[in-house]
Amino acid sequence: MSKAGWIRLVVLAAFFGAVEAMCRTGVISPKLVIAPTAMVEAMVKLLGSGELNPDIRQTLSSVGIAMGLSVTGGFALGCVLYWLPPLRRTVDPFLAAYYSLPHFAFYPLLIVIFGLGALPLIVLATLFAMVAMIMATLSGLDRIPRVLIKTARMQRLSLPAEIWHIRLPAAAPHLFSGLKLAVTYSFIGVIAGEFILSTSGLGHQIAYAYDNFDNRTMYGLILLVLCIATAFNLLVFAYERRLARQRGQ
Amino acid sequence: MNAVARLSNVSRIYPPRAGHAAVHALGPLSFELKAGEFFGVVGPSGCGKSTLLDVLAGLAAPSEGTVEFEGKPVAGTVPDGVGVVFQEDASFPWLTVEDNVAFGLRRLGTDPAEIRRRVDFAVGFMGLNDFRRAYPSQLSGGMRQRVCIARTLVLQPRLILLDEPFGALDQQTRLLMGDELLRLWRETSATVMLITHALDEANLLSDRIGVMSARPGRFIDVVETGWPRDRDSRLAERPDFGAVTSRLWSLLRTESMLALGQGAQAAE
Repeated sequence: MSKAGWIRLVVLAAFFGAVEAMCRTGVISPKLVIAPTAMVEAMVKLLGSGELNPDIRQTLSSVGIAMGLSVTGGFALGCVLYWLPPLRRTVDPFLAAYYSLPHFAFYPLLIVIFGLGALPLIVLATLFAMVAMIMATLSGLDRIPRVLIKTARMQRLSLPAEIWHIRLPAAAPHLFSGLKLAVTYSFIGVIAGEFILSTSGLGHQIAYAYDNFDNRTMYGLILLVLCIATAFNLLVFAYERRLARQRGQ
Repeated sequence: MNAVARLSNVSRIYPPRAGHAAVHALGPLSFELKAGEFFGVVGPSGCGKSTLLDVLAGLAAPSEGTVEFEGKPVAGTVPDGVGVVFQEDASFPWLTVEDNVAFGLRRLGTDPAEIRRRVDFAVGFMGLNDFRRAYPSQLSGGMRQRVCIARTLVLQPRLILLDEPFGALDQQTRLLMGDELLRLWRETSATVMLITHALDEANLLSDRIGVMSARPGRFIDVVETGWPRDRDSRLAERPDFGAVTSRLWSLLRTESMLALGQGAQAAE
């Protein structure tokens, strides 16, 4: 491990050690925060009991669907906009201003349209995540070096072959940053939506525990959500590192 | 000798764009590339050298005139048998050296044994044997340019067009790459057209050198060097070598000053 890595580890350990000590000695009230070890214990108990399995399944499947839709849809729409410059010029200001919108304000509207269930959450998360993928696709396609396109023509490639063998791999690093954002935004969209209004799912369970002053369950669940999101990101990160190493970066 | 490629009254005019007047980049210009010759092109910067290459390769259509390769008109697509090496690094960063070189043959669906044979040859020829599994980012600029040359070489082009391929390399590397280019030219018996801004490089490598005017580029003269086919960078030691470079410069000096003026105008 690098020096920075060790320092990071020490700082984290010191932080959690301090919080643990303050919680155990009563400096921090358990009504506010429970000790980190108690959070882990609560999470393990929650997972062991199996009572949350339907919620975990529902949240993860909603996130998965939103991720799939936003990545494929965002990529497809990005390609369409790239090949239709007039359309792109038309929607450009909307794309640029998109993330200044408070998306969650539209959630009640989505519930009215789609009913209370997984569907409005998937739509919300997809809307939230897709535009990041559209913008990443556009910047990836924009930044393909012209000389590679010329090379494709010199190699006498057909348009599909040029796209598959030259344009996509050349744009891959940008597509990947879009994918990472879409993954994160899908998580945020679904869990935050569940938190606001839902009858099931991890976000709903956190909100439910919060409303009932059940700190143990609430912190256990927060930790669980953190673990799942971190695991997902590590997976994507590891794959990206592999690609980057291949290109010697 | 018969002509491999022929340009007749070719000119290229870039149409006006918002805020820019039309640019007459090239021509009208006519010339022939003889089979098996090494033809150098020199000219002041911005004179349309690269445009000439694009038009000849079929990467850009001429605004007027006709381009022929092996007797057939070149129309908007790169003809089979023409290989191009560009000035910029065009290696594919996502492929190893080996896969870069094999790229074109795989797209053509060539028999794997044949691909291996030709890739082995091209990789060995360009001195890349120790770097077969390396990625371009692990190589120097000169090595990457070799990868691009090898990638073109495996397709066994009969006409190789090079657009300042050593422009980004240091002088020593350029000289060595020039020697390799000469060796490649002798052993493949392909016709080569090399665009360069280095007068001594053009002198050293070429049988004939087309000297271009400032924009719109035309040939103001074609200089025959008369060097033996079996030559390398030691040619520069010959007493008559300097005379040819001087000749090129005396032809180009006025044009280069003109081009500088054009640049200053464009910058205003």
